[in-house]
Amino acid sequence: MDETGAKPKRSGARLCCTCNQRRAALKRPKTLEQICRECFYDVFEEEIHQVIVTNQLFKPGERVALGASGGKDSTVLAYVLSKLNKKHNYGLDLFLLSVDEGITGYRDDSLETVKRNEIQYGLPLKIISYKDLYGWTMDEIVKVIGLKNNCTFCGVFRRQALDRGAAFLKVDKLVTGHNADDIAETVLLNILRGDIARLSRCTSITTGEDGPIPRCKPFKYTYEKEIVMYAYFKRLDYFSTECIYSPNAYRGFAREFIKDLERIRPRAILDIIKSGENFRISTTTKMPEQGTCERCGYISSQKWCKACVLLEGLNRGLPKLGIGKGRISVNDSEDRNGSDRGKSIASKQCGTLDF
Amino acid sequence: MACNGTGCKSNCYKDEEAGVAEVASCTQSAERTKSGAAEANPISDTLCIKCKVNEAISGYGGIDDGRFCADCFRNNLFGKFRFSVTSNAMITPTDKVLVAFSGGPSSRVALQFVHDMQHRALKNFDASRDRSLPVFGVGVVFIDESSVSPIPSNELEKAVKDISSIVASLAPPTKELHVVPIEAVYSSESSDRRDKLIKLVNAVSDSTGKEDILLYLRMLALQKVASEFGYNRLVLGSCISRIARHVISATVKGQGYSLPADVQYVDARWDIPVVLPLRDCFAQEINMLCRLDGLKTLALSTSPHSGINSLVSSFVQLLQEENPSRESTIVRTAGKLIPFHFNRIPEIVDGKVPLATQRRQKRYSLKSNESVSSESFCYLCNSPLDKSETVDLSNLENCRSSDIFGASCCSSCRFQILPRDTTSLEQFYTLLPHFLVARSKQVNNRNLSLLREQIQDCLLSDSEDET
Repeated sequence: MDETGAKPKRSGARLCCTCNQRRAALKRPKTLEQICRECFYDVFEEEIHQVIVTNQLFKPGERVALGASGGKDSTVLAYVLSKLNKKHNYGLDLFLLSVDEGITGYRDDSLETVKRNEIQYGLPLKIISYKDLYGWTMDEIVKVIGLKNNCTFCGVFRRQALDRGAAFLKVDKLVTGHNADDIAETVLLNILRGDIARLSRCTSITTGEDGPIPRCKPFKYTYEKEIVMYAYFKRLDYFSTECIYSPNAYRGFAREFIKDLERIRPRAILDIIKSGENFRISTTTKMPEQGTCERCGYISSQKWCKACVLLEGLNRGLPKLGIGKGRISVNDSEDRNGSDRGKSIASKQCGTLDF
Repeated sequence: MACNGTGCKSNCYKDEEAGVAEVASCTQSAERTKSGAAEANPISDTLCIKCKVNEAISGYGGIDDGRFCADCFRNNLFGKFRFSVTSNAMITPTDKVLVAFSGGPSSRVALQFVHDMQHRALKNFDASRDRSLPVFGVGVVFIDESSVSPIPSNELEKAVKDISSIVASLAPPTKELHVVPIEAVYSSESSDRRDKLIKLVNAVSDSTGKEDILLYLRMLALQKVASEFGYNRLVLGSCISRIARHVISATVKGQGYSLPADVQYVDARWDIPVVLPLRDCFAQEINMLCRLDGLKTLALSTSPHSGINSLVSSFVQLLQEENPSRESTIVRTAGKLIPFHFNRIPEIVDGKVPLATQRRQKRYSLKSNESVSSESFCYLCNSPLDKSETVDLSNLENCRSSDIFGASCCSSCRFQILPRDTTSLEQFYTLLPHFLVARSKQVNNRNLSLLREQIQDCLLSDSEDET
């Protein structure tokens, strides 16, 4: 029926419904308006600019690191952010920050993409590797623990690696390429898991303001499909292979559900985010107390941070340490890849969901 | 409805319904083979964890699947019902409750349990010397939606006959049955109410919106019956499974703010408070009880669901199959959101209420400082509005009443139900039941009396808004 919104059908060559001059080249995923490429670029960039301005994501003169994986989201983010920075005089010093997990055949290739981006966009790049930071590559970790729970290690390590890299670059902020689909999915997953604490913060555009380096998500309202479309039309150079250690990571129930919803009602993604923002969550809900890890000094609600617990397990030959509800109680008992089920409810198992 | 069966030594409540228990133990073995084939659950060969005498049955889903024998399963289910009734003061001796019965399993079980409770209350009444505690009254309502659903008339006739016999079988005490067409939401004077309703529903182009407006109209019809016949509670059979679907679909429709209002045991935003005593029961448990006790249910052929609601339904079903406690986790998450002040039975201070009830009510009811008060509600679906959604009506000076109505609806209704262009909206407005229009006026009068003066010239005259 009208789920997808009515649009006037014109016979013959359709004109862009924004400029009414050029021929419409695409149907905008978010609104299903038929527009030309130029107008798509404009509206795509302008929306992100508005999100940045209305949410006061940056202050002039700030140093900002972009979490760059070489994938479509971070590549488009790097491109758009450096463009907007020039166009609207944000006055930001932008950096690319990549994490080298040490996955042969995946990360080494994607890092080549980031290195090209460094030159293409003229943004200084810092690569921080698990090997340097933890003494282990993911390849080595997988050799020890196998393909189960490996995403737990990777997710925990990456989070800290990004923070450490950001501290190295002395940046004021870290931006990530999480898009609207990611956030809608996280909202649903937190409902499905009963995680009220995460549910209350997963829709915040800026997180970790109390921590050392705040993170923000300029793509919070940007549809994944539009990001792909933008990268496609702009012929942006990005890397699009799945991690070899989490095959089928994109087949999660929740992700499929969101794609189905988008098909019949594109607005649903924004509506889920809106619901997430409007949920009334009691302020008395217990939030974990923030402290610092006694071992490495990283923020932690426990004696040791999760990375140190996992690392201790690896080094002592007890890789199960800290996985699930194990012997050492860790604040984060949620482990995405820890179940024996073949199919997961989450799409991205590799821990990018809860920054 | 209690484990009076062969040798259950647990301390659960006993009554004389041994007959039911016997029937159950006969069906028990048949059930086991049926479910055993589907599940091959090894637990089904073990003893009931409660009575430790009878063999456990399985196939009723949820977290307790395969743990109880038929008797203890029945008791457990009834226990969940009774606990939610007593701890939320849903039904007190002086009440007159109306059970909304669709013919489906959930409302059938709600009806059965309410009857069991009433039956027990009657026995206690007869046995007591002073007869101080009256027996609460029970009525049943069936909303006939044949005007907007493709139900063949012979099927409907048969359904009404079946329902009458079901209700008649639940006596004593006798229960009044109200069979009411959904177009009863219009005042009885209007002769073309059926046409009006069809036009109204057809004015909604979005298929999900169409389903949802019917839901709102059904609630209006139920409320109307309840208040016309002097009921003071409306019992719905909403179970965990249904509420879980509502949690997800409300989230998907952007109704995150109002969601907590819909998932509590009590919803007193309506004139007649709505109660959900089966809020803690799984659909599979309810189906199991219907099978065990041979409770007759009927499935009317309705139009196939499409759009958001059916998508959500199959999504939740998939998740539930993957993890038997998923539905309850979803409902629990939504239960942690802050409810509204109307999500409780208004506290009764007069001395008629037994002290025990009052105490229970105090213990379990929401802390009032935790709940949120909301002054304005969507004129169409009656969901509480977030402050950001409430419109300053003073900006709408010299506007048509239909525009004011449109602006006072929640964004979800505006998107999926209300027509976009002004002319269609105006027409849609004229088709709305008087009740809705009156409600919007009433809200206006109550809360916006100051604004009223400013927009006096565009307020509805009586002749304009009569339907």
